Parts: sequence; C-alpha cells; structure tokens
Amino acid sequence: MPAYLLRSVRPLGGDPVDVVLGGPGAEGTIAQITPPGAAVAPDGDVVEVDGAGLVALPGLVDLHTHLREPGREDAETVRSGTRAAAAGGFTAVHAMANTSPVADTAGVVEQVWRLGEEAGWVDVFPVGAVTVGLDGERLAELGAMADSKARVRVFSDDGKCVHDPVLMRRALEYVKAFDGVIAQHAQEPRLTEGSQMHEGVVSAEIGLAGWPAVAEEAIIARDVLLAEHVGSRLHVCHLSTRGSVEIVRWAKARGIAVTAEATPHHLLLTDDLARGYDPRFKVNPPLRTADDVEAVREGLADGTIDIVATDHAPHPREDKDCEWAAAAFGMTGLETALSVVQETMVDTGRLTWADVARVLSGAPARIGRVADRHGRPIAVGEPANLVLVDPAARRVVDGATQETASANTPLQGREIPGRVVATFLRGRATVFDGAPVEADA
Amino acid sequence: MRHLLSTDELSLEEAILVLDTAAQMAATQSREIKKLPTLRGRTVVNLFFEDSTRTRISFETAAKRLSADVINFSAKGSSVSKGESLKDTALTLHAMGADAVVVRHWASGAPHQLAHSGWLGSADNPVAVLNAGDGTHQHPTQALLDAFTIRRHLVGRVGGAGGDGVGRDLAGLKVAVVGDVLHSRVARSNVRLLRTLGAQVTLVAPPTLLPVGVETWPCTTSYDLDETLAHGQPDAVMMLRVQRERMSGGAGAFFPSPLEYSRRYGLDHRRLAMLPAHTVVMHPGPMNRGLEISAEAADSPRSVIVEQVANGVAVRMAALYLLLAGDSSAEGSSI
Ligand SMILES: [Zn+2]
Repeated sequence: MPAYLLRSVRPLGGDPVDVVLGGPGAEGTIAQITPPGAAVAPDGDVVEVDGAGLVALPGLVDLHTHLREPGREDAETVRSGTRAAAAGGFTAVHAMANTSPVADTAGVVEQVWRLGEEAGWVDVFPVGAVTVGLDGERLAELGAMADSKARVRVFSDDGKCVHDPVLMRRALEYVKAFDGVIAQHAQEPRLTEGSQMHEGVVSAEIGLAGWPAVAEEAIIARDVLLAEHVGSRLHVCHLSTRGSVEIVRWAKARGIAVTAEATPHHLLLTDDLARGYDPRFKVNPPLRTADDVEAVREGLADGTIDIVATDHAPHPREDKDCEWAAAAFGMTGLETALSVVQETMVDTGRLTWADVARVLSGAPARIGRVADRHGRPIAVGEPANLVLVDPAARRVVDGATQETASANTPLQGREIPGRVVATFLRGRATVFDGAPVEADA
Repeated sequence: MRHLLSTDELSLEEAILVLDTAAQMAATQSREIKKLPTLRGRTVVNLFFEDSTRTRISFETAAKRLSADVINFSAKGSSVSKGESLKDTALTLHAMGADAVVVRHWASGAPHQLAHSGWLGSADNPVAVLNAGDGTHQHPTQALLDAFTIRRHLVGRVGGAGGDGVGRDLAGLKVAVVGDVLHSRVARSNVRLLRTLGAQVTLVAPPTLLPVGVETWPCTTSYDLDETLAHGQPDAVMMLRVQRERMSGGAGAFFPSPLEYSRRYGLDHRRLAMLPAHTVVMHPGPMNRGLEISAEAADSPRSVIVEQVANGVAVRMAALYLLLAGDSSAEGSSI
C-alpha cells in the first residue's frame, strides 16, 4: 500500500497544509501535517497529490443507509452500496435493519458486518432491529446483537415506527445497559394509513392521499418525553417538518438526551415536485413544503439537528417505473449527500466546512458509538480516514452512471456543486481521481 | 394540448370549444343515423384498471358513433400490488397502433404518467391520452358534461341567448358541490372547470371531507348546506356520491352515521323546496338514494341526472373528435 503525500490541501476548509498518510511505522494513520512544501516524503512507495483547492474532511459517516442485503440484492448489495458510499466520501455506514431476513439477531448483524469487511469499501456497522421482524410487538435480542462481532449500538425499526409506547419505553430503558440508542422512524401509523405524500395544498390538488406533519411531530413529542422519563438516549431519524425541529429544540433546551438527523433531500426538495407524479420523488417521510425545508436548514445551522444522514434507499427500476401509489418509497443519496449539503448549507453561508465535518462525520460517529475509529480530528496519529473534496467542481447527476445498483436519484439531470476527488480508509485510497479503486488494484 | 388529463389545463377558449363541439355532436344524435364517419380507421382503446361500466360504455358509444375501432382492455388488479402492468400495457398498446387511449385508473396521476413517460409512443408522435378518472384526482369529461348540462339549462334560457348557450361561458352562475370533496375527482375537476368558465363554486361538506389545502382552491367552502341553499341561492346543486367504505363506523369513519349525514348534507324534500325555481339538481351517479339524495330529489323535475348521462356521450365524442381529428379551426388547441 503506497503512502500518500497530499500537497496544499485545506483541512476543514482552513489554511493549506501538506498531509502525509501512511508510510513506515505509520500505516493507516496520518503521519505528518506540515506547512505547504515542508512535508518529507516517507521511504518507499509514495503517491504525491496536488491538492490545491481541495478541502480535506474526516471520512464521512452515515448513520442511516439501506444496503438491502440480505434479501433485496436486486436493489443493492453490501458491496455495491459501500462502493457507492466510498464514492460519496464515506468511510463508515450504519446499515439499517429492514432487510430480509430482518437484522434482528446476532446472526444476521454479523453476516452484514462480515460482508462489509469482505467488501472493504467502508466500515459497515449494522443497525439492529428493535422488535422481532420489525413487527412492533416483541423486543428483539438487543443484548445479543450488542455483544456480537458487529458490536451493535444503534437499534431501529426504520421503515416502521415503534408505535406502542410501552414497547418504546422498554427499548429505551433496555439499551442503557450497553450504551445503545434507539433511532426512531417517527410516523404515527394510523394518521398515515394509505398516505402517499405530504398533506397540504399540493396533495389536495393532485389527489394523492396526504400525510400530515403532525403524524411525525406527535411521535417525536411522545418519544422525547419517554426518553426524559427513563433517562435514555433517543435519536430521531430523518425529521422533516418545522414542528419536528421545534420539538427537538425544546427537548434539547430541557436537557433531554435527544439527537436528530435530516436527510439531504429534506434540505433541498419540496412537495411541489410530486405534481409530475414521478415516483423518484416518493419518499418516507415525504418531501414537505418550502417552509419546512427552511426550518430544517435553520435547525441544522443552529445545532438543533445534529447530523445529516442519507437514508439512502435504493430500489430496482420496476419498483419506481409504475403508478405513484404503487411505487416504493425511497431515494438514493450516498453519492450526492455532500454536494447537497454544500449547495444548501455551505454555499449559502449557513455552515462552514468545519461544521460539515461535524454533521457528516464527528457527530454521527459519536451517536453511533464508533467515534474511536471514525469522525476523528485531522491530526497526526489519527486513523487516515479522509475525504478530499473539490468544492469548485460542478457535475450533472445521472443515476445510470452512479455506483449504487439502483438509479432512483431525485436529482437526476440536476447540476450540483462539489466532487469527491479521493476517499481514504485507514490510509488506503478507496476513491482516487474521482473513481473507485478496487482493493487489489 | 395533445391529451385531456385535467380540467386545469383547459383555457376558457378551449373549454368553450369542447362544449360547442359537444353541442354539435348532440345535434347529430337526434338524427336517424347517428353514426359519423369522422374517425374511421382510428383505434381507440378503453383501458380500464378500475371497474366502471357506465363510463366505459359512454366512451365506447362515443367512439363508435364517430366510427372509430374500439378495443376494450380491462386490467383489473389489486391496488397494492407493486410493479403493476401500467408500463407493460402501455408498451403493448403502442405496439398495437392505438391512436387514443381512454384510461381509467385507481391511482391518481396514472394518465399523466402514461402521457408523459414515453411508454406510449415518442414525444413527437404521442398517443392521445384521455383521462376517464384517476384515483381521487381528476375526471375531466365528467366536469365537461356537467358544465355542458348546466349551460344547456341555465345559460341558453335564463340568459336569453339562443341555442342552448352555444358560444357562452357560465359567468354569473352559482354552483354548490355537496358531499365527499376529499375523495372526489368529480369535485376537483368541476372546481377548476367551472371557475375557468366564470361560475362561482361553493363546496359544502363536513370538515372531515374537505381536504387540507382546500383554502387555496378557487372557490368558497361551507359546512352548512341549509345556509348555502337559503342564502347562496345556487343555480345548480351537484350532489356527490358518498362511498360506503367512508362511513364504516368506528374511529376511521368520516362522519358518525349515515343518518346524521343525510340529515346534515342530504338533499331532501325540505331542501329542494328552498331552491330557486330554475335551480337544477345534478349527481354524477351512481346515487345512494336516501343518503346523499332522497328519491324525491333524484326524481324531481329539477333533476337533470338522466340527461347528464346522455350529455356524457356528446362531450366524449367532442373530446375524441378534437384530439384525434385535428380540427384546424381550433388553431393551436386540439384541446
Ligand atoms: Zn425511515
């Protein structure tokens, strides 16, 4: 494995420095950080990179990825999904539990973890189901998953809401034993029966069954109170409404241990896009109004929302090439997340690159309890998990040419800023010159 | 426009053109030989993903009276099964050389997808799509036949102009649309079209059956039918069908009981008597007699419900004619 000498890169968008990754005695770590021109090339095989203009960030960490394996390998595999993750600048992803079979036992989470190790693109941290088979009725063996090789710390029935308040309380209490967190998909099931999109002006006009904001807000309000009552950690998945942001803001002010995520698509897109009935824009939770988008941006800027998580949800073509009402919910996001955050938050002056490192790396690593390995500072001796970004680049999104096995990107044909030039996982380039690098190459 | 998907897309001129063309078509239907040669050699497919014998027969009759070849294709399927054959069906119809597809579908937006997906022919040579009712979205020919019926009764006669209101819009007329607006494609289609034609629309329903967002629609709303009839003095009252499954008791029901619904929102003898003498009573059918409309109201001289059905054929002939025959007098607006 070569060492890398990165000339004049800008860590977190700051002043240019030279960074050396790897080399004798420093395998897999950051070996030097020096003023420009001062780095000393280590002995042996060295690749020198002209990093002028490139921003260096710690490798991104996604707390919310659907890799679909086992069970829906026609949509994505651990291999294809993690390759897409690396292309998007990630070095770690948390793989959601709604696979088939469901990741509700030590056996399944270890299988997913092992597939991630074998693929080698990013570190895969399986999320365990909260309830057996996501049925919302009985707790899964949370402790066995925590103790497994996969060391599960994040538990979620994502795709479904843990709706029963008693079960939710028990889950929140139980995972305290191993410092786990319950990541809740907040969706009141009765208020969203048959729902197809955000309930509002657009749904009324185009005749798709509406999905009220209150169905999300009511569950978040309940759960923050439960978390306070039992003194546990709650993580709110993909919040999408102004009311949700306000509830989380209130809960944090009250000292409740709640964290929250927003997706790139809820930072950028609105329910207006449903007017053309293109199922690419069908997602759960649904795209909301421009006012909700603004509230989510405000929440991310002021720290109410801790992280951006992709909710990367690949689907095969036939599940989207049909009537809106029959189409699957979900959109891909791993390869465009950083660009969307740049467009909506950095280029608008609401976040710095240091903030981006926090919301896309440091904070998700801490919430997922993998901060010993990921989301680290860019400093000598730290794991060489890095992404180099060219913020001045622009590109047009084409689902057909992405690394993910599915093409259901809502950004098809759209020009977005920024480009991942290189991703390093423990000093090895998984992406270089913008293209994925096979491990044996 | 090369399709008829929604009444939103119709300009005032286009809407009047359809109604005027329908009037010509209606005139031919009183002749001994009703059939016109206009669409000879053209193929119209009735593509029904949802049962509706009435609408299918109306379109079929319209197409046949214009001498088109008609293929009836019913693709019944569960509304929950994924990957349903909309795309495959479209590809098949295109290969068979259909000139127009009349589509009825349980999913809102399905006709829009058929028209714009590229599944049905190329962008420069698309197959015309006529929406015959999609989910809870639109049913444009129903709205057109309603407007046609209203114009025939109220514009030609009340306004003093001749010829069943031909050439005229509906300016100044007041229409009350009563009932399950939330799930009604008929209501959505009518609000837009009647507004375009200059009429004032009031939607009357319990709050549970008005959609969130209705305040942005170009109409007024009311929870009180008596108030609307007594003070609004509508020229036409359009009763909407209440689906049985909407009232199945328990926590999911939209109103407490059928009896309470008919007391508060049903058109009965007492309410009929509150209406001005010229007011017509309409219903898209099929009716729940005794629920949203009493038998007396349905069968009263004010009722134009049976006539709506007959006018449906004329309006659908007009739509097919304008989409397929490419009338050059309708410059830039083949509806
Ligand atoms: Zn979710």
